[in-house]
Amino acid sequence: MFEAIAFYLFAFLTVAMFSITVLTSQALYALTSLAAGMIFISAFFFLLGADFLGAVQIIVYTGAVMALYAFGMMFFDTTRELKEKNSSSMIVFGLSGLAALMVVVIFVTPIASEHISAIYPMHENVGNTQEVGMILFTKYLVPFEVAAVMLLVAMISGIVLAGKKMDRSLTQMSEEEIQSMQESDKKAVL
Amino acid sequence: MDTAFIIETIIKIVVILLVFSALAGFGTYFERKVLAFMQRRLGPMHVGPYGLLQIAADGVKLFTKEDIVPAGVVGPIFKIAPVITAATAFMAAAAIPFLPEFTLFGYTVHPIVADINVGILYILGVMAIGLYGPLLGGMASNNKYSLISAARGAAVFISYEVVTGLSLLAPMMMVGSLSLIDFNNYQAGGIGEWIIWSQPVAFILFWIAAFAETGRTPFHLIANDHEIIDGFGTEYSGMRWGLFFIGEYANMFFISFVMAIIFLGGFGDGTVLGAFALLGKVAFFFFFFLWTRAAWPDVRPDQLMWLCWKVLMPIAVLNIVITGIVMMF
Repeated sequence: MFEAIAFYLFAFLTVAMFSITVLTSQALYALTSLAAGMIFISAFFFLLGADFLGAVQIIVYTGAVMALYAFGMMFFDTTRELKEKNSSSMIVFGLSGLAALMVVVIFVTPIASEHISAIYPMHENVGNTQEVGMILFTKYLVPFEVAAVMLLVAMISGIVLAGKKMDRSLTQMSEEEIQSMQESDKKAVL
Repeated sequence: MDTAFIIETIIKIVVILLVFSALAGFGTYFERKVLAFMQRRLGPMHVGPYGLLQIAADGVKLFTKEDIVPAGVVGPIFKIAPVITAATAFMAAAAIPFLPEFTLFGYTVHPIVADINVGILYILGVMAIGLYGPLLGGMASNNKYSLISAARGAAVFISYEVVTGLSLLAPMMMVGSLSLIDFNNYQAGGIGEWIIWSQPVAFILFWIAAFAETGRTPFHLIANDHEIIDGFGTEYSGMRWGLFFIGEYANMFFISFVMAIIFLGGFGDGTVLGAFALLGKVAFFFFFFLWTRAAWPDVRPDQLMWLCWKVLMPIAVLNIVITGIVMMF
């Protein structure tokens, strides 16, 4: 009974939070409710006994949404409401409704057909973390490594794009050095 | 899941909440006294014997002060930010074993709210959520300095979180579990078996990261001293500001518990002596937080980021690789 109560409570909270994310025109509300919704989702993992995934959900999405906040700070005055430009609300509602319907169909079809079974069932007396590790490093080793390489590529390109003049620190240079650097920059542009 | 279990859990939660809220109050008193003695002052002396009732006076002041919500702030976010800091600090405590098992009136008590088998991950994750408090408070405050403070907070968070995770990975590999109780049992054999002897590098790294995690002095960047005001807390008053404080001090206690259990043997074999030893270790770590505040200046944000990304993270990765090689052969 307690599990049912917890499930419906968190289901309601999650849906409410994501609704706020979509419907509000205040950047700070949207970001905060997004973070809250992501964290409430971890409750379902805990309820299903997948402790590891629950904790990972919290850690990953806390950091990810934190980066979104940083962008929010750069682009918006977060204490004011945003004026949104909606050229046609019909298209927005139509497309988002269709997308939602498709997701529901994709996930309901296997359940409705009753041919659902775990390919890798849980072992008795083996922890969550160990199970995930075992699957990750046997069956899914190649996708796992490819994802790691992709992240490495993204990281290196990020450093290359943002890392011009990273060897110089403005806070540690004297005024003359900064001036001469700016002048040489101007010459380079000309 | 039976009703007795639910009642027991609720009692444990209430006890932890009360004890650590009170300890957070005492923490401010200890901090003022320790800082005062290190700076050759007396500290609070006027209210009660040795100024002990200063905590009660502060409490009365915080609770009865007018609750001001300035014009132009984003109301709901502004109000919920201190609650996030305080609540997540206590939520993290759910996976910490505070004492060894003991028997009370013939009933065995496990002084841990939920022994989930991913304890450390859970604690780190929930403590990380705690940083949303200063961030949201700063962004909702409609104050330039609060906003800058929030930006510094986000930068610090992104830097230290990597070091915290990576430094703990090596001890986790040795123990082969994420539960703090397993960590404790791994070191139950006495001082010689403490993880600090086999993982000194990880211990130092985690200790440094703990200062960033709790926002204590060498890395107290969310409030910047030369802006003269209190960073994200500028617009807060009364108990809303007090909740930030409770969260910070509770976090200091909890991270001290985590360090003592992971690296310094925890409560050992579970005797009464072991329990007192754990409390002693926690007290030492808490004292060290105060000591550092008296002895060290703050670093600049760019220095912290340099330290985390260019020094601590490579050392942590090297530590993991070396641990792996040693464990393999």
